[in-house]
Amino acid sequence: MLKSKKASAFMGKFLFYFGNIVIGIIFVSPLIWMISASLKPEALVFANMNSISTFLPAQASLDNYFEVFRRIDMVNVFKNTILYIALILVFDLVINSICGYALAKFDFRGKGAIMTLVVALMVMPMEAILLPLYIEMSQLGWVNTLQALVVPFIAKCFSIYMFQNFFRDIPNDLLEAASIDGSHPIGTFFKIVMPISKTVYATVFILDFVAHWNDFMWPFLVMTGEDKRTIQLAVQSFFSTSPVHYSAIMASLVVSAIPMIIMFVFMQKYYVEGIASSGIKG
Amino acid sequence: MSKRVQLSPRKKGERAAAYVFSLPAALLLVAFMVVPVIYTVYYSVFQYQVMRPNDISFVGLANYVKLLADSDFWLALKNTVYFTIIVVPTQCVLALALAMLVAKKFRGVSVFRTMYFSPQLTSMVVISVLWTVLYNSNPNTGLINSLLVGLGMDPINFLSNPKTAMNAIIFMSAWQGAGYQMMIFLAGLQGIPGEQYEAADVDGASPWQRFLYVTLPNLKGTIIYVITITMIQAMKLFTQPYVMTQGGPENATKTMVYYIYTEGFQKGNFGYACSAAAVFFVIVVAMSLIMQKITADK
Repeated sequence: MLKSKKASAFMGKFLFYFGNIVIGIIFVSPLIWMISASLKPEALVFANMNSISTFLPAQASLDNYFEVFRRIDMVNVFKNTILYIALILVFDLVINSICGYALAKFDFRGKGAIMTLVVALMVMPMEAILLPLYIEMSQLGWVNTLQALVVPFIAKCFSIYMFQNFFRDIPNDLLEAASIDGSHPIGTFFKIVMPISKTVYATVFILDFVAHWNDFMWPFLVMTGEDKRTIQLAVQSFFSTSPVHYSAIMASLVVSAIPMIIMFVFMQKYYVEGIASSGIKG
Repeated sequence: MSKRVQLSPRKKGERAAAYVFSLPAALLLVAFMVVPVIYTVYYSVFQYQVMRPNDISFVGLANYVKLLADSDFWLALKNTVYFTIIVVPTQCVLALALAMLVAKKFRGVSVFRTMYFSPQLTSMVVISVLWTVLYNSNPNTGLINSLLVGLGMDPINFLSNPKTAMNAIIFMSAWQGAGYQMMIFLAGLQGIPGEQYEAADVDGASPWQRFLYVTLPNLKGTIIYVITITMIQAMKLFTQPYVMTQGGPENATKTMVYYIYTEGFQKGNFGYACSAAAVFFVIVVAMSLIMQKITADK
């Protein structure tokens, strides 16, 4: 009796691991194939498609990566991408956090209106307003400039909401104490609140970094100059630029994913918590 | 809040700080979100061509009349709704199943979590390019078709057949997106009190009953939230068809956003495209309001 119970527990455990492994392989195999193909000579990318060896580069080399860097001005592409994201994030973290703080801790006329604005715009699909936004950009003379990528996307309802949620839980006593000590509310924020709020800054940082690193449509619309391209635009256009070398295309995909993977390795905790907390609070 | 005739010095400082703090974000939101919303509606009642910016004329509801008579618009709406109706349940059920597989701590759990999440580490452009290659109709070059042939099936023209193109995009999108929703479900699952499961075990509940009577009711809020964000995301479908099929074959993957893009940016009919954008806007906002209502009722 006990033996069979043990056996069935073992069987259950085995099936559980087996299921996880099978599904896990299904999930990662396209990515493994991408990496493997990026390391193969072009002539061998589609060799042995019907065997497991298609996932293993037999004659691995970095030649395809050299080809990518030779045919795409990657330095410029990375510069464009990182510069625009860095600028957005700096302004994003400052402007949205102070707004979230004001909504969480201050009483002032217009607070309700701003709160309504933030909540209402949170569900707004940006895709619905791209046309007039584009016209706004062209009237400002910003098409093909960094401003067009940065300025419209600094204020983010979701960031404000995350900050507001976090700051609400900071005890008022702490702020009162600072004010009794003669600290101005603005100073209190920068000197006392900000340093104890690193987690929410890290969370908003990583969520918005990922969103902009991946963004395709808006850069595609406003950055038409070849030297202005962001990474996603470069990868997309490389896909259809002749000569079409699939091994090099796969290498370009890997290159574009590397910064994301590095970010994920270092900020996994905040990234995952950010995704998860949106569900609990939302 | 009681009305104070005289503000304490602290409150005074606070009021100034409140405006310094809240106005930059508020003004940016107005300038780059509210104003474009108003302009979308405004331009939608004008004949406005990009090539002739000085030749703008008021046309009333003519753009909307034309829009509702355009079979391409209805096809785009149909494609978007089809994508949403299929991808939302597929992706959400998949995500919940994955979350339940890795909800408990066991040796290697973080490896499996990372595996399921890994498609999220690449962008939609990357995924779309990769899967265009994987979906190649030739079994000698397309990984998926070589697998199908290996299993004794006929190869499928995934992306070049109007009947299968959208389904191919749906399958890929669910694969790419499920890891994200899985993380949300994981947090929800971990919030369920263990005593409830213990009580169910005492009552001799089967695993299915545990799921039905403990897991699901506790996850209700999370499920509605996940469905809402997946729905909104799905309605905006653009990158995948743009990269993989250019809206084809035979417009089978042309979506609402794709339609707005084609009319506005490719053909330059800004006024007309704005009427399509306004309709799209109303649909998405109405959808999220309905979901909010459901959340409030729960």
